[in-house]
Amino acid sequence: MSAFLAMGGYAAYVWPAYAVFFLVLLADFLSPLLRRRRNLRELRARLARQTARQQRPASPTVHP
Amino acid sequence: MSKWIPLWLHKLGSPPTFYRFAGTLRPWLLALALIAGAVALYGGLVLAPADYQQGDAYRIIFIHVPSAWMGLFIYGVLAVASFVALVWRIKLAESVAMESAPIGAAFTFITLVTGSLWGKPMWGTWWTWDARLTSELVLLFLYLGVIGLYHAFEDRRQGARAAAFLAIIGIINVPIVHFSVNWWNTLHQGSTIRILGPSKISASMLWPLLTMMVATKFYYVASLFGRVRADLLDLEGGKEWVRRIAGGDDAPNRQAPGERA
Repeated sequence: MSAFLAMGGYAAYVWPAYAVFFLVLLADFLSPLLRRRRNLRELRARLARQTARQQRPASPTVHP
Repeated sequence: MSKWIPLWLHKLGSPPTFYRFAGTLRPWLLALALIAGAVALYGGLVLAPADYQQGDAYRIIFIHVPSAWMGLFIYGVLAVASFVALVWRIKLAESVAMESAPIGAAFTFITLVTGSLWGKPMWGTWWTWDARLTSELVLLFLYLGVIGLYHAFEDRRQGARAAAFLAIIGIINVPIVHFSVNWWNTLHQGSTIRILGPSKISASMLWPLLTMMVATKFYYVASLFGRVRADLLDLEGGKEWVRRIAGGDDAPNRQAPGERA
């Protein structure tokens, strides 16, 4: 196992290369998921504001 | 539309249909990418023997070369989708083009960094201005230029058209990257894999490399689908089908505390 990790003396080059590969692709994979969640949250807030605006004239008891 | 385009393909161009189609396919593509990637890593890091000249350092090839292929392949997709977007003004084509660019940039970045990490022990330098390395750097800058131009416009569709134009002009760099090792006498080694004629690599090293190529292809499509889905929700924010998704289909438990208050 330690021989595997040593990579014939090239561990300092081989493992960082693999780390970069995985980290960059992980970031690439996560970014649209976060973006989608943010978009949906904003959209929901916008829809809530719209329905609130439509309901306001119907309820005269509210004095802002 | 012309009659030779099948109806299902025509329907697939509509954002809500593509959103659903991509959402169904994406987990399977991702699973295939992970399985193929794991098999390729086992084959490349454990089963394949050390190189007689480069020792174990050559194992960087199993990510370096597939990433380089993806950098070029995705640029091809970017250029074709850009062309379709400019000629037919299809919203989905704009989305596919503009969402491909960050993935291509990621793979090109990986290629440059892993190449640098491979170059240091083998050539004695992290970087040299040889034809292959320089043209690959230009490829990264082209990707970044396309992404930057896209985001520089207030109107997203106008930005997509400007960036698509740049992407099409930039395609000239793709054959330069590919043939640079043949056209110029460079420090970078020549092609190992050949489509025509025998490859210059033993089978025990070839199959992990090709398996990783398959894995990165699947990964690209999965990532692209995720990105295009997010982009379509953003682009079509006012439409009814997006409102339905925002309203409940995807996160129904979000509504509960608000109703109680």
